[in-house]
Amino acid sequence: MSAEELKQLKPGQSPHEPEKATLEGKNKFLGFWFFLGGETVLFASLFGTYLALKDSNLDGKPAEELFGLELVFIMTMILLTSSLTSVYAIYHMKNLDFQKMQLWMGITVLLGLSFLGLEIFEFYEYVHHDGHTFTSSAFGSAFYTLVGFHGAHVAFGLLWIVTLMVRNARRGLNLYNAPKYYVASLYWHFIDVVWVFIFTVVYLMGKVG
Amino acid sequence: MARDTNSTSTEFYRKKNKEEMKYQLVTFAAMIVFTLVSFGLVIGEFHPMFTIPVIILLACVQVAFQLYYFMHMNHKGHGLPALFLYSGVFVAILTILAMVTIVWW
Repeated sequence: MSAEELKQLKPGQSPHEPEKATLEGKNKFLGFWFFLGGETVLFASLFGTYLALKDSNLDGKPAEELFGLELVFIMTMILLTSSLTSVYAIYHMKNLDFQKMQLWMGITVLLGLSFLGLEIFEFYEYVHHDGHTFTSSAFGSAFYTLVGFHGAHVAFGLLWIVTLMVRNARRGLNLYNAPKYYVASLYWHFIDVVWVFIFTVVYLMGKVG
Repeated sequence: MARDTNSTSTEFYRKKNKEEMKYQLVTFAAMIVFTLVSFGLVIGEFHPMFTIPVIILLACVQVAFQLYYFMHMNHKGHGLPALFLYSGVFVAILTILAMVTIVWW
């Protein structure tokens, strides 16, 4: 990185798309979308496995009896809102307003943490009250692999964003870190994309039977 | 002179960003509505042959909104991202089809 890239950007300055102003930024942008294409396939294989094995519940509870919609609804709203708050963060990034961007990223992190907390609570209930564990049936294995993998993505996304926020807290916004924030927000939206299919395919379709 | 041009374009982009933010909010409202409809259909216990295709369709539309508005795929310069993503989607569909039809048949 050059000194030019590390120069702090302030509101009112150009460029208006700091995430793509350098070659490195453009490459990060393209590379990340390539990665998202791969992630799509990865999650598809987990969804496919789940769909094929969801009725193999041995003597455990079937999906309709196991799932409750209240908690899932709250989790869905939280994650959807966190997607909007990261849009706000990028909006402020485009106006080169670093403090506001950090604030909205921080709100995104809080929402993500509450989502993760609820998911842990949900899994705890399944294991301790319903006897639905990773090894109890093929349904259990497929369920925890799919939903757990998504949860792991949330956890990783949170670590990533927090690291960015702490590392750059005193640097402010520059051409070197703008692409990093942009790409992290793309990752966060992708997590929400996967969740839309999880709540539809796993929980809602599970309830319908 | 150069200074003036710069501040005009800053003003222009500020307005443009604000304009875009309005669309993002509309997108968000639409996504909330899609989610409510999906949950409503399942809670209302409509016929599964009706409910399942509709909620899958709503999920796909919601994801398209997420991709094109929240992830800016409607902006210029997203040809390669679209190629990467749709290649992924293509393989994803094949994978799911294979797994639900022949792998564990």
